[in-house]
Amino acid sequence: MSYAELSTHLVWAALTVLTISMIAFLVDLTRLGESRRELASVARLGTRRKELVGVGAASDDVASSLAAATPGASGAGGPAAGADERPANRRAAGIGMSTATLGWLLLLAAIVTRGIAAGRTPWANMYEFTLVGSFVALTVFLLVSRFRDIRWLGAFVTFLDVIFLALAQEVFFVQADGVQPALQSYWLVIHVGVAISAAGILTVAFLTSVLQLLRDSRDNGSAVLNHRAFRWLDALPTPGQLETLSFRLNAVGFVLWTFTLIAGSIWAEHAWGRYWGWDPKEVWTFIVWVVYAGYLHARTTRGWSGRRAAYFVIVGYACVLFNFTGVNLIFDGKHSYSGLTS
Amino acid sequence: MTETDKTVERDETRRGYRPEGIDDAFVAHDDDAPAGGDGGKGSGRSAGADGAPPVMPRLGWRGTLRWMWRQLTSMRVALMLLMLLAVAAVPGSILPQQSIDPSAVTQYLQDNPTAGKILDKLGFFDVFSSVWFSAIYILLFVSLVGCIVPRALAHTKALRQRPPKTPVRFTRFPAKAHATTDTEPDAVVAAAVRHLRGPVRWLPTFRVETGTDAQGRRTVAAERGYLRETGNILFHLCLLGLLVAVGTGQVLHYRAQVIVTEGHGFANSVVDYDTFESGAFWRASSLDPFSMTLDKFTSEFTTTATAEPRNFTAFVTVRQPGAPAKAEKIRVNHPLDVGGAKVYLQGNGYAPDITVKDAKGEVAYSGPVVFIPQDTNYTSQGVVKVPDVSAGLDQIGLVGFLLPTAASDDPTQASIYPQPLNPMLVLNVWHGNLGLDDGTPQNVYRLDTSDMTESTKDGKPVTLTIQPGKTVKLPDGMGTVTFNSLPRYVALDLRYDPALTWILVFALGALLGLALSLFTPRRRVWLRVWTEDVRDDESGETRPRTVIDAAGLARGDDSGLQREVDGAVASAAGRAPDDAPTTASPTLPRKAPR
Repeated sequence: MSYAELSTHLVWAALTVLTISMIAFLVDLTRLGESRRELASVARLGTRRKELVGVGAASDDVASSLAAATPGASGAGGPAAGADERPANRRAAGIGMSTATLGWLLLLAAIVTRGIAAGRTPWANMYEFTLVGSFVALTVFLLVSRFRDIRWLGAFVTFLDVIFLALAQEVFFVQADGVQPALQSYWLVIHVGVAISAAGILTVAFLTSVLQLLRDSRDNGSAVLNHRAFRWLDALPTPGQLETLSFRLNAVGFVLWTFTLIAGSIWAEHAWGRYWGWDPKEVWTFIVWVVYAGYLHARTTRGWSGRRAAYFVIVGYACVLFNFTGVNLIFDGKHSYSGLTS
Repeated sequence: MTETDKTVERDETRRGYRPEGIDDAFVAHDDDAPAGGDGGKGSGRSAGADGAPPVMPRLGWRGTLRWMWRQLTSMRVALMLLMLLAVAAVPGSILPQQSIDPSAVTQYLQDNPTAGKILDKLGFFDVFSSVWFSAIYILLFVSLVGCIVPRALAHTKALRQRPPKTPVRFTRFPAKAHATTDTEPDAVVAAAVRHLRGPVRWLPTFRVETGTDAQGRRTVAAERGYLRETGNILFHLCLLGLLVAVGTGQVLHYRAQVIVTEGHGFANSVVDYDTFESGAFWRASSLDPFSMTLDKFTSEFTTTATAEPRNFTAFVTVRQPGAPAKAEKIRVNHPLDVGGAKVYLQGNGYAPDITVKDAKGEVAYSGPVVFIPQDTNYTSQGVVKVPDVSAGLDQIGLVGFLLPTAASDDPTQASIYPQPLNPMLVLNVWHGNLGLDDGTPQNVYRLDTSDMTESTKDGKPVTLTIQPGKTVKLPDGMGTVTFNSLPRYVALDLRYDPALTWILVFALGALLGLALSLFTPRRRVWLRVWTEDVRDDESGETRPRTVIDAAGLARGDDSGLQREVDGAVASAAGRAPDDAPTTASPTLPRKAPR
């Protein structure tokens, strides 16, 4: 079996393992939702008033201790708030974490073997971007998990990864091969590598912001989200805590995106003789940058922090996805490196 | 210097500049915010922040201007402009753009005559230099200047200020810590100061101020994170610098394009280039004298059916006055620096060397003719115009294709590989008047057939197929064509932009400022230290001990605040920071150590 074939098989294996991981995380969320029902409704009353205020204005002592008592928010050693609390069975989350780690290892092996097969950095076409982007998103999740208990996020990260990997295998796949002269540069490693890392980080931040909005809507009495099916939302951290996590990731993502832009300009100057030419990819990279800049400004603008700022994250991530898919496939520009012939 | 009895005059109001609507002050978590610092209510906010219904004052024209300026520099308007900028950029990617692909614009105008005309009027085919796009970014930059300049001035003042004095009560702060120790208060204070300042003398982590309060208790007030605002200002000023640098480059740059065949060259002068454009303030006298010859061009392709390019290299000789000729290489991604400009390898192709002899046997044309590649296998199209025939004869025009690798003798097939494995010229013959004599400029890659006749045989156009080294006869005894050899040509792009270095400097400055402003924590920490009779938990006896009380406040959310306060107290008490008690933080709790 050649390295190229091995790589493809490894991606399928990772996809399968991550599907199992996703199911385990979903089971965990359901269990959390059931066991947290009563306590969470109390916690919600306590936090609602404060979370309405928005981002940085965190809860007072009562609210935060209640929030800390919900298992999603507290660490393994979180203080017990009331006698009523039944510790949820988190075995499914454990299975989710270990399978996610296994999936991560398989994906890493797939990317490395792909690189060996092609004899270059394994991120030069759309198929490889998707593999590495999914890998980075998973890495961010596992990395943050080492410091904070964010197992509640597992189901969503693995879900997106499964979708991305399936798309990669079925739609974006191209044979492992060398690259054209314009791509033969160390900037491929730097510019594209950082761009994909930023996209991976922004993916996790996007998920966190979506959950923030859902949880916030539920807390504020949204009819749809107060359905039984959304009980698991109570097991999540408070919207304020989710916003904080999302902001941290977005801040890192934004700095990396800025670097992508600068590195891209330097490379464009080397390869095409101009640092900026409003090529469709450049336009959309610029749009993404402006939207996330808007997000950072919204966070510090009175009346725009909290929910409204989170909408920026959603729009920004939609632009990231479009920049990655739409621009590669629809527009004819200098960044047409999908490797797919239409 | 001694910290103990130093009295510093402080501006207690600390009115830093805040644009309208900005919300990133130090915030405590309750309305009855602690005294000291700028507390719960952001300083510098305009009237109406107290919730009273706004009363519209009568504004004169100066007042109106002032109001408009305040609106423009407000956060909300900046936010709107940012969103507008993002939206306004979208059509630039969807519609063809004049600056990128003019032929696509022409095509679009032909396909959509009505809509195209309107869009063209509104500047949608030149979005990034359109009035409305420019208006948005200029307003955005005006807003930026109006916001950042006062903030920069306020920050330079704030940089000289001392930390806000220790509040009377610590109860309402988001982060608190408490400890008792047997160390003397003086030593405790000294240890706390040492810890807060950090190891780097010239760049202390915290700016620290010590004192004594009304009850004679020792106090330590500390503030860190001035770099946050410094970074913020640096970022925005660098964006401004970037705009100026790009604009400067625009007026001083030049760009030239030239096609060079193997064995030929060009000199660095405007007349030698095929196209040349320059900025408004560029002067031809600033061109560095040099000349360049293309010695050889090599290319590599994969041997797969798709024949993907793997390497292009142009070997050139550069001659500059007063220096020996120098052999250089130009490759994609590796432009050549010469005479202050950069030379890029932008394209390549074949320029078959052809000799045409007319009916009288005189050489009417001889030399390489540039053929433009039409596909990835370099099936190239070209025109040979032969005006200089002997007197009395028709001018000759040859139109056709060059196939680097012809699959068969069938002249209708395209090339099957980009390298010249089996080169073949496929030409149709025209005769008549080329239309060159009246001096009207013509496209060299197109034959004007309005005054010409195509040679036919049995009602079908004559097609000549010629291999290198071969000579074929032109129809109707017009003469002969010889395909001498197949040299290659390169398309070179020369760029000169003196602002490049500045653009890079400002871009990197913006990146640095951004990182500083996003990742520098902005925190205030206060400690109060006094001696008090404390009952010992173990022995049960009561004895005088040193009590440390601490509080922390951050700008925005800050998960590290509690750890910072705990660390300060632990160091003050002479303990390792790890065994300090931790209270709930407003951010996600850290995982418990396993």
